[in-house]
Amino acid sequence: MKTRYTYGGDEHIYVEMDDEMSLDAFFKSLSMSNAVRAANIDGVTEICPANASFQVRFDPDVIAPADMLARVKELESKAETAEKRMTTRIIEIPVFYQDPWTHDCVMRFRERHQDPSGTDLDYAARINGYDSAEAFIEAHHSQPWFVSMVGFVAGLPFLYQLVEREKQLEVPKYLSPRTDTPKQTVGYGGCFSCVYSVRGAGGYQMFGITPMPIYDPEEKLNYLKDFMVFFKPGDIVKWKPIDRAEYDAILKQVEENTYVPRIAEVDFDLEAFNADMAGTNAKLMEALNDA
Amino acid sequence: MTLKIKNPGLATSIQDLGRPGYFHLGIPMGGAMDRFALRCANMLVGNPEDAACLEAVFMGPEIEFTQDAVVAVTGAHLPPKVDAEPRDCWTSFEVKKGQTLSFEFLKAGARAYIAVSGGIDTPPALGSRSTYPIGALGGVEGRAIAAGDDLPIGAGKGKAGRSVPETLRRGPATPAALRVLPGLYWDRLTEKAQNAFFDDDWKVAPEADRMGYRFRGGRKLEFVEREQPFGAGADPSNIVDGCYSYGSIQVPGGTEPIVLHRDAVSGGGYFTLGAIISADMDLIGQLQPHTPVKFMRVDMDGAAAARKARKDMLAEVRAALS
Repeated sequence: MKTRYTYGGDEHIYVEMDDEMSLDAFFKSLSMSNAVRAANIDGVTEICPANASFQVRFDPDVIAPADMLARVKELESKAETAEKRMTTRIIEIPVFYQDPWTHDCVMRFRERHQDPSGTDLDYAARINGYDSAEAFIEAHHSQPWFVSMVGFVAGLPFLYQLVEREKQLEVPKYLSPRTDTPKQTVGYGGCFSCVYSVRGAGGYQMFGITPMPIYDPEEKLNYLKDFMVFFKPGDIVKWKPIDRAEYDAILKQVEENTYVPRIAEVDFDLEAFNADMAGTNAKLMEALNDA
Repeated sequence: MTLKIKNPGLATSIQDLGRPGYFHLGIPMGGAMDRFALRCANMLVGNPEDAACLEAVFMGPEIEFTQDAVVAVTGAHLPPKVDAEPRDCWTSFEVKKGQTLSFEFLKAGARAYIAVSGGIDTPPALGSRSTYPIGALGGVEGRAIAAGDDLPIGAGKGKAGRSVPETLRRGPATPAALRVLPGLYWDRLTEKAQNAFFDDDWKVAPEADRMGYRFRGGRKLEFVEREQPFGAGADPSNIVDGCYSYGSIQVPGGTEPIVLHRDAVSGGGYFTLGAIISADMDLIGQLQPHTPVKFMRVDMDGAAAARKARKDMLAEVRAALS
């Protein structure tokens, strides 16, 4: 892992913990952005953690860019020794794979795709060595995912699968981004899954849709009353495949504001996970049984 | 009192100085594309500098006033009219109850700021009235204004006939010069591509909005060869999804640079070669499609000097209007 510091114009420090994705890079980036927050440096206006990097926005009228850079660098050693464990929550998110709405969108933007003759799922399955879309879908939801970044648009989570590197699914982004994506589409780009929180442009492959809103600017949904954005970095997600009937049933509950996501509190320890991924994941998913 | 919107114009939205503090959740700062012009408009009508105004793009709205008010229009040269009588830009004027404010065709620039004494008083969302349509925040029900809207206006009393001195009205030159501080993923480019970026003549592309300004006309950028890091995606312009700085310049596929502006996405998987310096961000909002543009390389000292010059200019406006 090699940390790289640069300026983003005269108002940002950009720190890349590593140029490739790993949970180690994520934890270091999170620890370091927490350390910057805790240091309470005059002039810092925003701290944005990402998958394997983070960014500090500051007011150069309060602190000179070179001084700001030096202050951030000083905190790297602190982040290196930080514990790589957290108390967090595991959330079950229902997914209707191969649904008619994202399928319609998949077909509308075929000319921007690597393989215009098939669907995003057929393509993703093939390039990842699965003999059917169904087998690929099984790989997508059988093991849990880790929210390693929130952003792009309001409340969109980037998710990284908790499996060995050789089992990670990887797909390219669309050749040219789409101008439309249905709200709550479950997408995939690079090694990241995502849920499009709102309707809009997007470049990730489209696999399905969840009936569960994850962004509510009016803060009316019972589970988004406290804050309009559902996800935060460190959340763990277990996709639950559902069919059309269940999709419709959940949607009705959402409309009546009676839908409550299944959530359990769990501890995640990176060292324990690295030592025994299958065992750690089984324990994480078990917690949902009591939720 | 309310402003009755008879015709919204092309894409007129309510904007103030934005909602910093939520970028880590993907909610951008937003706010006026030309913050200098917004501040000036507010000062002219006696509002706090951060009050909410209308930001009109290319075409002005038509608004009926239900009470007397003082109005100022800054930024783009979009000449105002009161009941068809012309008024000056960058100068406060009165609009009486029952009169209609409308606009001539755009003469220069792209975005005009319309301030009304008292300021627009729609409910703030996360501390700002700025409209962020994708996230349905701010403005009127999270959208741009529409015909039939009644916009509430706060209490305030401005003075007509105040004017920002002409030397302090900043507009883009031709070609527009945008100063760039290389950084971020600058080293992903070959030396030849780094030079070409600054040598080439660019033009603002038709896709230029509050999220980003796209540019065309320069050579396709070449990347230093590497094995793509795990998780980034196969294209050499791809990175492991990270944060985007305001003003940063991403170049998907190496073809068309996009400067990320006030409503930009907070992060993503494309490399960014550097960023437009803070002093020049206001200027971008005044560029029309097809405007010729040169990117100029600066270092941090250059960026700091330019930032200071902008601050001094604002201080001069304050002094002139106090």
